[in-house]
Amino acid sequence: MAPLDWGQILLCMAWRFWPVWLALGATLALSFALRERLGLYGRLFDSATGVAGLGLGLFWLFTAGFADLIVTHDPLAQISGLKNAPPGSALPDPSGGYRWYLLGGDSLARDVFSRMAMGARRVLAIAPAATLVALVAGLTLGLPAGYLRGWLDGALSFLANLVLAFPVILLFYLLVTPEIRQTALPMALAAVLFALPTVFALLLWHSRFRTSPMLWGTGMAAILGLGLWIWAGLALDADPLGIWAMDPGLLNVFVAVVFVNAPGVFRIARSLTIELATRDHVAAARTRGEGPWFIMLWEILPNARGPLIVDGCLRVGYTTILLGTLGFFGLGVSPESPDWGSTINAGRRVLALYPHAAVVPALALTSLVLGLNLLADALREGAARD
Amino acid sequence: MAGFVLRRLGGMLGTALCLTFLVFWLTNLQPNLEKLAKSQGSARMSDAEVASWLDRNGYDRPLALRYGEWLGVLPGKSGFSGVIQGDWGRSSVFHLPVGTVLARSLTATGWLMFWVLLVMVPTALALGVLAGMREGSRTDRVLSAAAITTTATPEYVSGVVLVAVFASATAGISPLLSDLGLIEGRTLLQATASTAMDEITFRNFALPVATIALYGAGYIARMTRAAMVEVMAQPYIRTARLKGVSPFRIVWRHALRNALIAPFTVILLQVPWLLNGVVIVETLFAYKGFGWTLVQAAGNNDMNLLLGCSVVAVLVVLTTQIVSDLGHVALNPRLRGA
Repeated sequence: MAPLDWGQILLCMAWRFWPVWLALGATLALSFALRERLGLYGRLFDSATGVAGLGLGLFWLFTAGFADLIVTHDPLAQISGLKNAPPGSALPDPSGGYRWYLLGGDSLARDVFSRMAMGARRVLAIAPAATLVALVAGLTLGLPAGYLRGWLDGALSFLANLVLAFPVILLFYLLVTPEIRQTALPMALAAVLFALPTVFALLLWHSRFRTSPMLWGTGMAAILGLGLWIWAGLALDADPLGIWAMDPGLLNVFVAVVFVNAPGVFRIARSLTIELATRDHVAAARTRGEGPWFIMLWEILPNARGPLIVDGCLRVGYTTILLGTLGFFGLGVSPESPDWGSTINAGRRVLALYPHAAVVPALALTSLVLGLNLLADALREGAARD
Repeated sequence: MAGFVLRRLGGMLGTALCLTFLVFWLTNLQPNLEKLAKSQGSARMSDAEVASWLDRNGYDRPLALRYGEWLGVLPGKSGFSGVIQGDWGRSSVFHLPVGTVLARSLTATGWLMFWVLLVMVPTALALGVLAGMREGSRTDRVLSAAAITTTATPEYVSGVVLVAVFASATAGISPLLSDLGLIEGRTLLQATASTAMDEITFRNFALPVATIALYGAGYIARMTRAAMVEVMAQPYIRTARLKGVSPFRIVWRHALRNALIAPFTVILLQVPWLLNGVVIVETLFAYKGFGWTLVQAAGNNDMNLLLGCSVVAVLVVLTTQIVSDLGHVALNPRLRGA
């Protein structure tokens, strides 16, 4: 079997991505048809930036979702003879499987293309979730700091600035090590950080429905039960049903990434709250006798959503970069893992001779972050037109 | 003004103390101490031997006590000798005093930073001003797209891509140039900067500098562009234009100074970011500067060196914050006397 040339490689790759094209086309067409009714999201279609950002972001999202259909080989399988094979190399003995390594083999003779597609799943499983937890944690602390001010604000701001003054890589080297995993520290951090979303949901429900006892009781019980269940499973690894569980290494990485991101969200939420608290509708709510949490969560927060969405979008990209950094330094993830940072790290040892193994995941990572940055830009412009 | 500086310095000192204590605590967690004992003694030590090693070297005493000794506010074995007295301890990886290791690595990183700033700042400002002069023009759109791409490219990606393009014997432009006989060696540039420790040349230093500069330049250019766009929309620019001032003179004399206030802060706040880039780039290109030292110290749990590195890093971050505040006041007359 002859090796493929670049044109054939590109065609074969485009063909392997068929579920992604299908889903992408359907989503974009449907969104475009309904764009008038979709508010901020619909306005993304007004600019080329927005369409490009959305396209890139969704492309990787669907790649992560359909990774099983896209991969041509098992991302961990090694085929002898294809160590550092150039892109388009044919398999010595296909025996019914896919006949080529589309983007070549890495230094352990694994398929670079399949590892890239599977890596998208690893990255997109962690980055958005970690950003969401960081966002909620930052909000839960930032809103009262900005609204109530006083000693609480002073203490929390000091802590946030402390974390932000740490060089990120030093923090990772201290927080993401096999030694740290022997201590209770990651679990303790996880216990605090993972409890905040439940606290946030409880406050949200409580401040809204405290005047109607029936609704209040059922809602609070449901949130508390669900929150405790997930919290016990993820943070303490003590879910009685065994549905919620997290690998200790993954938990370590997750907690470190949330810990680095949360102070940034805190600062933004705090300054937005300080600004919005001077508005007239807040004063009106105060005159009505609303409690502080109702004002923070139902008067201030909805008006801060624009900047927060933009920041969240940028932050998913930043978290992707952070995860890549962790992989690049070989921290916290198993060397087998196909995530992009680890693959770049493994590929850089033979970079000058066989660049493809490192360049492929590198370009994948950049395109995802670029898409998210473009999306944030377009959202910012769309929100500014309100 | 003096009060402001004093207050900021006080806050900086408090933050530095808290941060070093945190690092001290994290490096002194029990599993880390056991690892240290095994790396200093032998890898096959039993638990009892580890305990006695820790006891012999004084690691079983309370944390606060040992932190005080490291700092130099509590007397150790040989009287007061800590950071305050200028004794930073010995590095267990390099078997040298921490001060010596840090001085050597900071000099190396200093050169890297010098070239990075020299390349990055003028380029970024020029491109930002060029893009912001006429908002929405083709130049603006092309430059903005380039800027957003470089900010989406972390150093470990751009480094890898640059090496593949310029320093690979099998890919990129080097084989082409080599065949044409335009370059002497097999590659145009070198993929490692380890020889730059002795002598900096274009071949061994261009890629590390470009890698760091690329990431920061996009961000600074975007900020400059935004500031420039805002200034160019001001009434006094329109007045100047209506008076018939030449476009060059408008940009150079009227707009530039006001447009550079915001980027100035951004550039200074980028310095801590550059620190991150330095760690990645020095690891990627095997350049034995501060970032490389930090990775070595952290990877081997070299406590004294790691603490030294964090003191330096924290001082850099906090100093840039203060300087950016002061510079902001100095550049903007409206804030003076406030």
